[in-house]
Amino acid sequence: MSESLVSRIKPVLGLDNKWWWDQAAEGVLAIQRCQVCQSLRHPPRPMCDQCQSQEWDFISASGKGTVCSFTVLHHPKFPGYDYPLIIVLVELAEGTRITSQLTGCEPDEVDFDMPVEMVMQRDADGFQLPYFRPSQ
Amino acid sequence: MNSLHNKAAIAGIGCTEFSKASGRSELSLASEAVVAAVTDAGLAPSEIDGLVSYTLDPTDEIEVARSVGAGDLTFFSKVNYGGGAAVGVVHQAVMAVATGQANNVVVYRAMNGRSGQRNGQGVSGQIVTSDLVHWSWYQVYGMLTPGSWIAMIANKYMNKYGVTAEDLGRVAISQRNYAVTNPRAFGYQKPLTMEDYLASKMIASPLRLYDFCQESDGGCALLITSAERAIDLKQKPAVIRGITQASTQGQEQMTSFYRNELSTLPEMELAAKRVYAQSGLQASDIDAACLYDAFTSEVVMQLESFGFCGPGEAKDFIKEGGLDIDGRLPNNTHGGLLSEAYIHGLNNIAEAVRLIRGESTNQPKSIEHVLVSSGVGVPTGAMILGQS
Repeated sequence: MSESLVSRIKPVLGLDNKWWWDQAAEGVLAIQRCQVCQSLRHPPRPMCDQCQSQEWDFISASGKGTVCSFTVLHHPKFPGYDYPLIIVLVELAEGTRITSQLTGCEPDEVDFDMPVEMVMQRDADGFQLPYFRPSQ
Repeated sequence: MNSLHNKAAIAGIGCTEFSKASGRSELSLASEAVVAAVTDAGLAPSEIDGLVSYTLDPTDEIEVARSVGAGDLTFFSKVNYGGGAAVGVVHQAVMAVATGQANNVVVYRAMNGRSGQRNGQGVSGQIVTSDLVHWSWYQVYGMLTPGSWIAMIANKYMNKYGVTAEDLGRVAISQRNYAVTNPRAFGYQKPLTMEDYLASKMIASPLRLYDFCQESDGGCALLITSAERAIDLKQKPAVIRGITQASTQGQEQMTSFYRNELSTLPEMELAAKRVYAQSGLQASDIDAACLYDAFTSEVVMQLESFGFCGPGEAKDFIKEGGLDIDGRLPNNTHGGLLSEAYIHGLNNIAEAVRLIRGESTNQPKSIEHVLVSSGVGVPTGAMILGQS
């Protein structure tokens, strides 16, 4: 099957997460923020686990962070993804973490605490999601 | 807290053949395993009045009940979270027996885990649940398999404590050495060397092929009854000294990546604290273990969760032969999920019962207490079995 015909598995979109993907489509890496106690959280959830408020907004992340952990996936190879696939757990400058893909880096060069920055990936089908690359 | 201490026992175990292509339905496998477990206990299927399985099991309790000719059921239940349910199903049965809801409860898990529904095939669809939203954060990036999720935590832990590929390899080899003599095991008569281990294909770094468990077809079942009644049955009972489920703050299924500390297993530490308190025992009282081993790294980390050594010391514990038959803690003496078969942890519990009975293929001398744990990285549980 040709690469261009196969796309990644898309997220299910519900009331608690669709807004985040809408922001990604606009080029924004969003971090949910409690409107009462101001604590940040990710992945998004409807209630703040610190103060139990369901009032929230979000901030636009700087996109700067460091690699907290990572794995390089070799097998099995699913259609819609490029292998070896570098998956990173990024500790954002704002303090929350996000699971993402590292691009522009050789698999044997990814390392713990490596500074990275967000780059918005746009797939052939127009779907957008945040990737990270080594800080430039 | 002490209410389940010594209240119930595992009085029967049953397993089908383990294979890569059973050619049979899961109902057929479940029925065989369930009948084998009650027969082992010296009971008839008509005496079954409770049935418990995993939410992931495709065969409902009443299908099994009709199939095997069970009696009237007064207790039936399913436990969520994949292999995290292994101790959980026994926990349900113990609570039912201890509170008089049922007398003879069979827990079972039967799967065509290789020829049928394999793990890590991903999910998609129109239905939106909070669980599917959770998985979608990872699937969108191509993290679709248990190995990919476990690798993230394993890598962090290994980096922090300088754990090497050879350290993981020692777990795989220790368990394969047990499987080599176990005719039920995939690893039967197939020794594994460190050279084989290191040469095996990298799947999800730092995890190689031999860090992964088997994919298996087969079924297992256990009969749980009261400790009192178990004494009168056919087999030597494995009395449940303590049993608990455990899920902790920040818990996700497989991807608890957002806790402050990523080099520990908080849910397993909670399980440890509770089973030790309930049983009045401590790590030094445990003679052998069946630590859940879908991946080698899970065994390493659990040695620390259950207090067999301090943080970062598990690699040395293993290097000194701690998991081997003459070591401090013979572990997964049947080969475990890595080298016997992967029946979602129920085959590990069956082996723990054999160790109490003195019937393991690799029976260490003098076994008083055996520790068993459920799935790692998910809501889980643990129990301690002892002599009656």
